[in-house]
Amino acid sequence: MRNARPALVGGAAIVVSAVFFLVPFAFIFLTASMNTVQSGDLSFALPHGFHLIDNLKSVVQARDYMILTAFVDSIVVTVVSVTALVILGAMVAFVLQRRASRLNPAINLLVLAGLIVPPAVVPTIWVLQKAHVFKTLEGLMLIEIAYGLPFCVLLFRAFIATIPRELDEAAMIDGAGPLRIFFQIIFPVLRSVIVTVVVLQTVFIYNDFQNPLYFLPGDDHPTVQLTLFNFQSQFTTQYNLLFADILLVTIPPLILFVFLNRKIVEGMAAGAVKG
Amino acid sequence: MTPVTTLQQSTGTARPVARRHRTRTAPVDARYPYWFYLLPAVVYGVFFLVPTVVSFYYAFTRWDLFTAHWVGLENFRTFFQEQSLVRGLTNTLIYAAITSGLKVVLGMALAVLLTSKIIARGYLRSVLFFPTLVSTIGIGITFTVLMNPEKGLINNMLSHAGVTGPAWLVDPSWALYSVAFVDVWKGVGLATVIYIAGLVSIPQEYYEAARVDGASSWTVFRHIMLPLARPATATVVLLSLIGGLRSFDLIWTMTGGGPGFTSDVIASVVYKQYQAGFYGLSTAGNVVLFVVVAIIAVPLSWFLNRKEVQA
Repeated sequence: MRNARPALVGGAAIVVSAVFFLVPFAFIFLTASMNTVQSGDLSFALPHGFHLIDNLKSVVQARDYMILTAFVDSIVVTVVSVTALVILGAMVAFVLQRRASRLNPAINLLVLAGLIVPPAVVPTIWVLQKAHVFKTLEGLMLIEIAYGLPFCVLLFRAFIATIPRELDEAAMIDGAGPLRIFFQIIFPVLRSVIVTVVVLQTVFIYNDFQNPLYFLPGDDHPTVQLTLFNFQSQFTTQYNLLFADILLVTIPPLILFVFLNRKIVEGMAAGAVKG
Repeated sequence: MTPVTTLQQSTGTARPVARRHRTRTAPVDARYPYWFYLLPAVVYGVFFLVPTVVSFYYAFTRWDLFTAHWVGLENFRTFFQEQSLVRGLTNTLIYAAITSGLKVVLGMALAVLLTSKIIARGYLRSVLFFPTLVSTIGIGITFTVLMNPEKGLINNMLSHAGVTGPAWLVDPSWALYSVAFVDVWKGVGLATVIYIAGLVSIPQEYYEAARVDGASSWTVFRHIMLPLARPATATVVLLSLIGGLRSFDLIWTMTGGGPGFTSDVIASVVYKQYQAGFYGLSTAGNVVLFVVVAIIAVPLSWFLNRKEVQA
């Protein structure tokens, strides 16, 4: 009797979760496997014949292989921005947490402001133009770094507070300069929080729609989220292709999730509660 | 109270440092040089701070990115006189309130469920969290199809149960709420994870003590879990509220602010004015959003954190 209740509640939860969370993803997969006519019904049904491979091919070939360019752009922007965020965020957090300084209240205020204040869009475009990086991948990367820094600093700072200062002091006595203390001593200790930051920022930047929409307009440098949005209007009569595209774009986060699921949740939990 | 503790902390850490100072020649702060700030400060300053500061000037101008005409409060007058723009403001508040309210309640409930002894706990946590990682645009498109009034899966299932579903995204009185539901669907996993972390950190002794006293599950929830999960609640409320006030992607993909302007929020108004070339007005919209977020988030974060210290 005592063992029946958890099983019952768990069983009910599985059913409910299947309806609410698995059905939408199953729908994406099924529709992406249909032919054009059947996908027009918008129904949740097994496909008449399995057309997933053909559909994926059509999506890849659409608009002169635009999706491939988009994948390259998205990956470049994500990798560069996240790398910069991890290194720069950790450097700021390190000095901010360790060094008692009159600057600290001001920096803390800036971090808080960065988390709360919505970015001013058109003035940002104006600045990007002045810096000659509007509509360039570099411009978008700089934006993603600027917007992501406060959150990274916050997570890193909370974690660095738990690293004993004796570590820095020992390295100092051994004659290490600040760069060596940071990169050889502190950085490796940060590994678990780095995983968290990398995953969170990767997901965020890869999935970002608003910033590419504003700061990277035009067809020269599409990101995957923009192609998805553009295909939405292009494929309104070909839902199978639209959903094949969604499937394709969802693969990178899916891979990340499969491999890092546990770490993501742990790290996020630790960071969120401390932060 | 706070000044005393910080004073104690700072003297506590400063003393050993000072002692070492006498024996070593290198200044202690050489380990933590200010130039570590340099590059981040430049990027953050140029691409975030400068635009934010100049927005307070350009919001008062008619502006084409090259020349700006000072027009005083005209942009704000336009903003608050046009019904469609004011609707964007009220919608933003409704949207943020609904999404963060539901995320708190559902996130807490799901976290209690997922920290209790049930089968398939790991699977359930994963399933719930996965939508957080997936493209908002992809989810927006998927739910636009699922919410199709005649053919969509949702209304199909409802009609099997004998319920006539609303025309989710097409009905002006439903559109905003429909998008908000999808937002909650996507974001509740994150809220749950934060709550799980909060609940797990509550010491087991509290539960044991309550059990000895014969407390009911409701009493345990009301007097132990709820107050002690307060930091988690603060995080969830602030994150979802700020996210909700700024939200754009999902609304833009699912309704484009429509039908008419019934699901417009400030962020979509800003984009529409930008697209139409009204850069000054668009920037004024940003300033309005700034003020709204500040008015809500700053006192709230102060309130939530203050209570936390007392508890």
